[in-house]
Amino acid sequence: MSQQKETYKLDDIDRKVISATQAGLPLTLHPYHDVAEQIGLKVEEVIARLQNMTDQGIIRRTGVVPNHYKLGFKSNGMSVWNVPDDKIKALGKKVGSLEFVSHCYQRPRFLPEWPYNLFAMVHGTSHEEVNEKVKKISELLAADDEGHQILFSSRILKKTGLRI
Amino acid sequence: MELHEHDRIIINQLQGGFPLCADPWHELENTLNIPAEEIISRIERMKTEGYLSRFGPMYHAEKMGGGLTLAAMKVDKSRYDEVTDIVNSFSEVAHNYEREHELNMWFVIATESPEQVQQVISEIEKKTDIRVYNMPKKQEFFLNLKFEV
Repeated sequence: MSQQKETYKLDDIDRKVISATQAGLPLTLHPYHDVAEQIGLKVEEVIARLQNMTDQGIIRRTGVVPNHYKLGFKSNGMSVWNVPDDKIKALGKKVGSLEFVSHCYQRPRFLPEWPYNLFAMVHGTSHEEVNEKVKKISELLAADDEGHQILFSSRILKKTGLRI
Repeated sequence: MELHEHDRIIINQLQGGFPLCADPWHELENTLNIPAEEIISRIERMKTEGYLSRFGPMYHAEKMGGGLTLAAMKVDKSRYDEVTDIVNSFSEVAHNYEREHELNMWFVIATESPEQVQQVISEIEKKTDIRVYNMPKKQEFFLNLKFEV
């Protein structure tokens, strides 16, 4: 995986900060102070660590994470596409930049039964809306759409935050 | 859905960029034009009511040196609940979704080290006697940071 070569080595203090914040920040007037107090560090140190991990890309972003489903986007379709491997970089960028696509990844095929190498997650208020959006992706890919499917989610079986 | 205009502002403008400084709310007060106490109580309420799944830093599992993959299985309807329990019993399984397809169970495996992903997959295969399709991402094109309400 291309992104793994830049893996940054976390030290014990980083790990402390991560364990204290991975479930979220406290909703208090001084959240970083409270985190610092909880793990016995100075607030400047906590802020510096979080800043460094943000610069390194270990923290993607800090803020609120909306729950699509609860906000009315009841339909979640994982669209999967068979596109030519030699064009996947350009095509992936095109599809990924559509405002209604939340994630876009290249994944391995399992031939012959699973020819799809490009995954794009599409959210909508209904299956029809997701179908419409997927149609737009198909039009965008034109002849490079060598087959696609939408896998709608029918049930959330488990949902937890990531742990390290 | 009962969202106040200020809730929408918070959702739309605070999906990233929460200030990293000693007094973050004070800074936000000026950018969002909402008093600090109100921002805090709105986030708290939206979390409790489920509009927000969390508030804080979002960590990037692979960059922390961990393993991450998307896995899928074809589970017979008659065994679906039993297999769900087995798969969900692994603490490394973070999300699990039922999807309408022959491959009808899709889950994310997150582990402390990349090697552990294969161990978890082998254990799930052994316990369920069902093949696990391992589909780690080979390339990430875009992760849309913004979701508008």
